[in-house]
Amino acid sequence: MTRYCHQPSFMTGDEFSMATFALLDPDGALHEGAVEPRLERDHARRMYQAMLATRLLDERMLAAQRQGRLSFYMQSTGEEAAIVGATAALDDADMIMAQYREQGALMYRGFTIDEFMNQLFGNDLDYGKGRQMPVHYGSRKLHYMTISSPLATQIPQATGYAYGQKLAGDGQCTLTFFGEGAASEGDFHAALNMASVHRVPVIFFCRNNGYAISTPAVEQFAADGIAPRAIGYRMHAIRVDGNDALAVFEATRMARRIAVEQNQPVLIEAMSYRLAAHSSSDDPSGYRAKSEEETWRLKDPVLRLRKWLTAKGWWSDDEQASEEERLRRDVLETMKRAEKRPAPPLDTLISDVYADITPALQRQFDDLKRHIRRHPEAYPKGAKTLDLDISSTSSAEGDA
Amino acid sequence: MPTMNLLQAINSALDTAMAEDDKVICFGEDVGVFGGVFRATSHLQEKYGKARCFNTPLVEQGIIGFANGLAAQGSVPVAEIQFADYIFPAFDQIVNETAKFRYRSGDLFNVGGLTIRTPYGGGIAGGLYHSQSPEAYFTHTPGLKVVVPRSPYQAKGLLLAAIRDPDPVLFLEPKRLYRAATGEVPETDYQLPFGEAEIVKEGGDITLVGWGAQMEVIQKAAELAEEQGIACEVIDLRTLLPWDADTVVESVLKTGRLVVSHEAPLTGGFAGEIAATIAERCFLYLESPIRRVTGLDTPFPLVLEKEYLPDHLKILDAIRESVDF
Repeated sequence: MTRYCHQPSFMTGDEFSMATFALLDPDGALHEGAVEPRLERDHARRMYQAMLATRLLDERMLAAQRQGRLSFYMQSTGEEAAIVGATAALDDADMIMAQYREQGALMYRGFTIDEFMNQLFGNDLDYGKGRQMPVHYGSRKLHYMTISSPLATQIPQATGYAYGQKLAGDGQCTLTFFGEGAASEGDFHAALNMASVHRVPVIFFCRNNGYAISTPAVEQFAADGIAPRAIGYRMHAIRVDGNDALAVFEATRMARRIAVEQNQPVLIEAMSYRLAAHSSSDDPSGYRAKSEEETWRLKDPVLRLRKWLTAKGWWSDDEQASEEERLRRDVLETMKRAEKRPAPPLDTLISDVYADITPALQRQFDDLKRHIRRHPEAYPKGAKTLDLDISSTSSAEGDA
Repeated sequence: MPTMNLLQAINSALDTAMAEDDKVICFGEDVGVFGGVFRATSHLQEKYGKARCFNTPLVEQGIIGFANGLAAQGSVPVAEIQFADYIFPAFDQIVNETAKFRYRSGDLFNVGGLTIRTPYGGGIAGGLYHSQSPEAYFTHTPGLKVVVPRSPYQAKGLLLAAIRDPDPVLFLEPKRLYRAATGEVPETDYQLPFGEAEIVKEGGDITLVGWGAQMEVIQKAAELAEEQGIACEVIDLRTLLPWDADTVVESVLKTGRLVVSHEAPLTGGFAGEIAATIAERCFLYLESPIRRVTGLDTPFPLVLEKEYLPDHLKILDAIRESVDF
């Protein structure tokens, strides 16, 4: 119903300043007045182990990239609580449609180090058949949609996926991760509006980590962050301390209930900080102060949860040491195995474009194979698939 | 067999698909109770409920993003973009997402269930933004299938094939013919194959190639040419991606002459792809240069639409010039 007033009155949006839901302080103790969420010991440990494993994987793989063993990498350092905390609050069969920095979600669901490495090195065991840059993981069995580089495209897809889940009536929902930068894309607004209009069980999870590559949040939007935007779509929203795994877990657990039981979308904004560079190709020293990074290091989400677990007697320093050693060894050994594996065979160049290879594409491929046979030295990976002996082939025809 | 116009044939195809499979879901702007601005989805909401046939907000990128997710989930979405002129906000979702979903995931996920329906083409005084033929933007995108029917019979058979095809399909509907084209259409279920052109008329002197609404124009030109003693072989490609080069090659090997016609502008148009392929494969058999009769390299005009369009007279002239070369 229209409500009239007879004096002009403008709203600025300042009315919508939102508080940040937080349970643990940086020392891992409960804030005054905070209520600990119901979380079983094993569940809490599973969360922590996934966060720790993600931290160590990121450290090691960035080093591998620096050594020239890997073409590219993206760390999630500083955001492990936001990513793993949200995932831990879902049913393991809920769909996750992530942006690209959410390896913690896969780690929590049991993606093996081998599976990570096969994708990172694009070898013959990579599910993606070596077609995408490193960190573009996907897993059908773990309900984790394959990553695509274009930003925000996954957000309206999550709305559609969750609409299908609602029609199927299987009690599942979809959670989509994205950054505060991606929330500027039109796809974000389209997705929220459609989800609200059609009452779709989807959770929009914004990782507000302060930066879109080099662009700080203050140059990304003028308003109070991302969460208040939900109000314009008449959608539930909550802002949460993204470095507090317990608060993220609890907020997402409640969001999931709203989504699944009421068929209503929810927007969660997790306030965090990207402690590492945007990617291995980026150098943050060109756009932000070391001192700023240091203040956020003091809020380390992994250490915070560890302190809470330790205080509860659910984790020990001995366990920490042995777990770190086991993970480091596992990552290193697995990496050595993965990087030695062969490239995907040549025919993966043309498979999966369509369900069946079209005659026109087959003709192009046959031409390519003939060309590689003439110049095997120029195309070592393809020549290997075709069983051509590169070393003994004369290049009499030349490469011209 | 009942007589239907092209819209009724499309409606019949959607009805058939929705009755057969609960997973088929139709949506888009004004698609719900109103049945679409052209009425292609008439009565579907009434019959199958609001959950399976509904209006969306006015946001093309959202419609296709939503459709991609829904298809990935295992549903069979048929998304309508109200005019092909308005498909461009969804270009990223179609080109970077729809088309690459299966490839980039190594076939872990796909959106093969997706069909995007959209009316295209001029001749209805629609000006710049209700007339375009954007097929060439999409034929340049591996992973998509692009289909264009020319008649009610084709529309139903090709749309049913599109909905059931394991790959995502862009289904371009010739809106000038929505009500103008009528013909016999079986009420029963049937499909027409993709990647197979149809030889509409056999002839030995020259090959004419087109698709969709342009076929009517090409056939008219062919009749006029017949009167002048020129026997035209008329080929309707039906699907542009993948397109049936073999049938065109075989025809040109026989006739030695080729005219291709489409409404879209000349430069970068799909006729260029056909001309290049035929030049490669039929070089020694060609009696004259391959001719393209198309729209001009301008935005689509309004008042001068008749002058812009590649009509039967322009095609007839090209036929004459080719034969007299």
